[in-house]
Amino acid sequence: MTIKTDANKCLHCGLCVGSCPNNAIFLNEVELEFNDDCISCGVCVRLCPVGALDMDGGE
Amino acid sequence: MDDEYDVVVVGAGPAGSTTARFAAEGGATVLVLEKRQEIGTPVRCGEGLSRGLLDEANIPLDKSWIAAEMDGARIISPAGHAFDVDESKAGVEVGFVIERDLFDRALARLAAKAGADVKVKTSVIALIKEGEKTIGVKVIHNGERKDIKAKIVVGSDGYESQVGRWAGIDTNLKPSDIMSCFQYRLTDIEPDPKYTEFFIGSGAPGGYIWVFPKNEDTANVGIGVAGNMLKNGGEVKQYLDNWIAKNPRFSKGKQLDMVAGGVSICAPIDRTVSDGVMLVGDAARQIDPMTGGGIANSCMAGGVAGKVAAEAVESGDFSADFFQRYEKGWRDILEEKLFRDWMAKEKVVTLTDEIFDKVISALAEVDMTNITVFNILKAVQDKHPELVKEFEEFL
Ligand SMILES: Cc1cc2nc3c(=O)[nH]c(=O)nc-3n(C[C@H](O)[C@H](O)[C@H](O)COP(=O)(O)OP(=O)(O)OC[C@H]3O[C@@H](n4cnc5c(N)ncnc54)[C@H](O)[C@@H]3O)c2cc1C
Ligand code: SF4
Ligand code: SF4
Repeated sequence: MTIKTDANKCLHCGLCVGSCPNNAIFLNEVELEFNDDCISCGVCVRLCPVGALDMDGGE
Repeated sequence: MDDEYDVVVVGAGPAGSTTARFAAEGGATVLVLEKRQEIGTPVRCGEGLSRGLLDEANIPLDKSWIAAEMDGARIISPAGHAFDVDESKAGVEVGFVIERDLFDRALARLAAKAGADVKVKTSVIALIKEGEKTIGVKVIHNGERKDIKAKIVVGSDGYESQVGRWAGIDTNLKPSDIMSCFQYRLTDIEPDPKYTEFFIGSGAPGGYIWVFPKNEDTANVGIGVAGNMLKNGGEVKQYLDNWIAKNPRFSKGKQLDMVAGGVSICAPIDRTVSDGVMLVGDAARQIDPMTGGGIANSCMAGGVAGKVAAEAVESGDFSADFFQRYEKGWRDILEEKLFRDWMAKEKVVTLTDEIFDKVISALAEVDMTNITVFNILKAVQDKHPELVKEFEEFL
């Protein structure tokens, strides 16, 4: 399972980056990169203030 | 940009620029790296700054970044009771609404004037290590990869901080230690141009809604919600949109911008240094957990970090042991207040709307000439003796 970003919603605020317990996200100025360390905990999805993230492949 | 510096500072926010200024003034060669193309923009901040903290925070007053001067702060309960904390009664807790982009650039300019080199559009993507010791950074500068050696790497890379984690420092936050924030700058609204307003209660679970006026008809209208109160993405924006829609002072507002962001509301973390690395500002989780304010704290810690960096260069010792001077220095200034405010916050998040209404209406009725925690508790006790047991631990 991977995380999908809705580029139309994302404000590049870095909240998901700083909140990820496994440091699986990096913000490249205006682009989010997810690496293989993602453990699908869903924290980034729940905490994103604007709802720009989604679990790919369902729950 | 050279290949080697005494101090490389990652991130040109208030923490990084202040650290760089003091390190350069102390004689170190300093390079500041900022991944954004312009320092200070986009502004991700409510822009509230305490007037009384400027000296302590090493911030030279500069009229260019003041948007508005406040007479006080107003705390508003769910039913609309209001308690004014006037500057004359509370001293330092209120102050300015600033232009944060100009503020950040002013601090960067001071660092440059002190001798620091500054590069924008330069992203630090990894640390260079020798065993456990950090000896430099890998960067992408205008699209090109480059290695830069450093005796000290300062992680002032904000909430999203990577430097600490790369260095093996535990800066992880639980959802309950995180405030998820969203803010509009609205114009054509009716703020009180002389008061910052804080709306508490279940409209912003575990946090609050703020209205910080920029002038008579424009304000930063934002919200913070505790991470453990969130079930689905996008709820934070929804909470704010709902509140604005119901509030006739703001519902006709036009949007000038929207920003989001994360704020740590944790107790002070255990460690902010490792061999070759110091963390400063949001990266070190030095934000006040009660208010979410972090500008002044970042600059206070930056002053200590910059001086210690210069001392380390002079003595040739870049070990975590030497950096205990920074660890102790910033804790002497900030730790007790951070811890006290974290305790208070942990209590406040458990209160119901009904209690907020009782407490704020009790406070609104008395004419308090000197606002202290004791006087506040006394006023609540006179009106609602049954509530005081909730707050006993603060007496
Ligand atoms: C919505 C919101 C409202 C707020 N309102 C207030 C308020 O009203 N008053 C207040 O006092 N505080 C407020 N805060 C908190 C305040 O903004 C922060 O405490 C403050 O910005 C911390 O400064 P800093 O220098 O530590 O980090 P930042 O200001 O975040 O600076 C970090 C810098 O590092 C850069 N960076 C990050 N990673 C890298 C990398 N790998 N390479 C190069 N550069 C990098 C970033 O681009 C950024 O410019 C608010 C925060 C938010 C999110
Ligand atoms: S928290 Fe949301 S808006 Fe912020 S960078 Fe992550 S995906 Fe984008
Ligand atoms: S789902 Fe969890 S581990 Fe994966 S990127 Fe989001 S916060 Fe990180």
